[in-house]
Amino acid sequence: MNGHIHNTDDRRELQMARSMCWHCQSEMAGEYFCDRCVKVQPVSKDLDYFTCFGLPRRLVIDTQVLESKFYELSRAFHPDFYQNKSDAEQSISLGNSAMLNTAYRTLRDPIQRAEYLLDLEAGSVKDIRTSPPADLFEEILELQETLDEFRESDRTSEHAARLRTKLHTDRTNLEERQRDMEARLQQLFSRWDALQDRGEATEQARAERTLILKDMRNILSNRTYVKNIVNDLVATIA
Amino acid sequence: MARIVGIDLGTTNSLVAYMDKGTPRVISTRHERAMVPSVVALTDNGLIVGDPAKEHLTRNPERTVYSVKRFMGKSLADVQGELAYFPYTLTEKGGVIRIQLGEKSYSPPQISAMILKELKLRAEAFLGESITKAVITVPAYFNDSQRQATKDAGMIAGLEVLRIINEPTAASLAYGLQKKTQGTIAVYDLGGGTFDISILKLKNGIFEVLATNGDTHLGGDDFDQLIADLLLKEIRAQQGLDLSTHSDHMQAVRLEAERAKIRLSEELKITVTLDLPDGQGRFTRELTRDQLEGLCSPLVERSLGPCRLALKDSGLNPTDIDEVVLVGGSTRMPLVRQRVQALFGKQPHCELNPDEVVALGAAVQADILSGGTTDMLLLDVTPLSLGIETMGGVMSSLIRRNTTIPASAKEMFTTYVDGQTGVDIHILQGERELAKDNRSLARFRLKVPPLPAGVPRIEVTFLIDANGILNVMAKDMRTGETQSIEVKPSYGLSDQEVERMIEDSFKFAADDVSARKVIEARLDAGALITTTEKSLADGGHLVSAEEVAKIRTALSALASAKEGTDPRAIRGRMADLEQAAKGLTVAMLDDSLKQGLQGKKISDVT
Ligand SMILES: Nc1ncnc2c1ncn2[C@@H]1O[C@H](COP(=O)(O)OP(=O)(O)O)[C@@H](O)[C@H]1O
Ligand SMILES: [Mg+2]
Repeated sequence: MNGHIHNTDDRRELQMARSMCWHCQSEMAGEYFCDRCVKVQPVSKDLDYFTCFGLPRRLVIDTQVLESKFYELSRAFHPDFYQNKSDAEQSISLGNSAMLNTAYRTLRDPIQRAEYLLDLEAGSVKDIRTSPPADLFEEILELQETLDEFRESDRTSEHAARLRTKLHTDRTNLEERQRDMEARLQQLFSRWDALQDRGEATEQARAERTLILKDMRNILSNRTYVKNIVNDLVATIA
Repeated sequence: MARIVGIDLGTTNSLVAYMDKGTPRVISTRHERAMVPSVVALTDNGLIVGDPAKEHLTRNPERTVYSVKRFMGKSLADVQGELAYFPYTLTEKGGVIRIQLGEKSYSPPQISAMILKELKLRAEAFLGESITKAVITVPAYFNDSQRQATKDAGMIAGLEVLRIINEPTAASLAYGLQKKTQGTIAVYDLGGGTFDISILKLKNGIFEVLATNGDTHLGGDDFDQLIADLLLKEIRAQQGLDLSTHSDHMQAVRLEAERAKIRLSEELKITVTLDLPDGQGRFTRELTRDQLEGLCSPLVERSLGPCRLALKDSGLNPTDIDEVVLVGGSTRMPLVRQRVQALFGKQPHCELNPDEVVALGAAVQADILSGGTTDMLLLDVTPLSLGIETMGGVMSSLIRRNTTIPASAKEMFTTYVDGQTGVDIHILQGERELAKDNRSLARFRLKVPPLPAGVPRIEVTFLIDANGILNVMAKDMRTGETQSIEVKPSYGLSDQEVERMIEDSFKFAADDVSARKVIEARLDAGALITTTEKSLADGGHLVSAEEVAKIRTALSALASAKEGTDPRAIRGRMADLEQAAKGLTVAMLDDSLKQGLQGKKISDVT
């Protein structure tokens, strides 16, 4: 196969869906169903996941509310309930359900939620290459060497056993680092949310906002890097 | 909306169920049990299905197909290792297995369609209306090709398959409906050929699958095979006899092995008995439950790996599971129950009939689709990651396993060479890093307008629908035009092939119907003979000797008509017998009424 590039659609420009009902052409005011003919409406591509669930755009959200809203919308959109409807409605139901499931999966997980929000606020995080935490650079280089050495070693040898012990220790350390970063992220999440709640438009607020975004981005990228290494490590010594 | 039935199309047994005023029920006719063995035999009277076909397993092994579900959506190479165990002949055409039956060869969906048709006929006879729509269950761990093959089978059988649903989730619907359970449940489903584990969250009528895992090649058949191998080895050692060249005896050994296994679920020790060929006597051997468990425990252990993975994927510990539900005939084995109980640390539930619960759940799902049940909703997941092959033969995942369905992913494609007019896309399913280690689902060529390299932008949407089946759409982002995609399945029938098989099935339907009439008449005759003989034994003294003689004559006339192939003759002799036995029936009824006055119920007597 050739020529495949990643999709990086731009979700920054948000606007509420405000269009005509595909069926009766009326200016519909309803959220997901036409107020006049009650037909299901395709969820706008521009609708962000937070708005979709009626949640504020925050990093710490009420997961109970998220879940119950997900169930409620599932009941509204799921193809099971459109079996007797027209082809057009069935296809809208399918598209809406698939979108809803993606939205729920994204917001349910705190890290994915943060990545998504960063994406909305400041452009895709996926485009930035994941990078090792600066202070761990040496350590990780050494770990990669140990891993290579272990892979090439005779697994029954004493040397391999020593390497394995070392790798175990490295794993514990890295996992601790990962937890560390997650705790720091959590703090940033709260700071971010508080800032948004205050809604100040001062120069200082804008500066703080930029700073938090930058920090979150860095930690998220570091965390993904460390997580990948831990996965690789676990797979190798398993 | 026309009625939709629910069908459990099992490796070993199949059932059909329907919703009766809010309660799901399996369909069984007067003389037949609800379970239809998933066996198809080619006899002199044509193709037969179910219990009568099962009798041909030893009589006519080369022409009797069982466990066809193992071959659904598979190529010959996939099943190379077990070919030796099957007495019927398997070949391959265009990546799809063919099963030779006499002159003709059939694809697995065609054989499955015969089983489905039998269930359809039963449902029609029972409900007194034509049935054209169904929900059919599949193992949760079935891949796209296997699901598609099941859907094809339904179409060939003249059924519109409104939904393919996963067996363990179907079971959870039936279970949840009956028990009004809330919380987290694990459904452990071990049948004849497949194993599934699903973990669900039940809350306010929503059945949300958190994770599923399994092994589409693990089940009771494998236990039987281990016992059979042991018996064959011993017969070879003790009697110098190699039964593997006698396919009829191989089948007898397999069936005896299964019988032994089933009895050892109740008893601790049994005796296995086998007749040897050409009057060479008999082989007997004692088998204890301990010995059976010694043989089978590695296989039972193998089912626990997927359980742990499913727990991990749902982010739960065994202790987070509120209830464990057992489904499938093989969960009657004490060893299986023990191991499951040990893993989850709680006693599993088995109050629901493990043979019926999947079909019942399919009927519930059918009722949801027809708008009858509106308070329940199943949110299932895709069992395997879906992706495409990228450069270097690596699989790039687009939709991860255990993603709630419907699920979609979009991917943008462009060209690397000026004027390039096509991009080849290879779709895969599986969890491995390299494309070649995963299941190839399909290939297709994306049409691209000839433009400088990198200019075309074609967006491809991969959508897994509520059946767990993949749909692909493409859109040229420059022109906004959508293009239809001809997907060539790697291991499946093309649309044209399915069309032809549907036509074929109509052509042969006439033969099938007449064969079926004979079988039904025989079954009814058999039942009448049994009840009449019982009446004679119980109430013969109530009528004159002449009347008894008359009944006996009519009985033997029916018995000989039953051997023939003319359903009208059989029905005629049945009417004669009923006429001859009328006096006896009346006399017995009178007698029972008299007894009734003495405090006995009629139902006890008749
Ligand atoms: N009492 C029992 N003890 C052990 N195994 C049993 C028992 N009853 C049925 N089985 C096994 O269960 C399997 C069939 O289970 P079933 O759920 O009907 O399978 P499937 O869904 O694959 O058609 C067979 O392998 C059969 O031998
Ligand atoms: Mg089953």
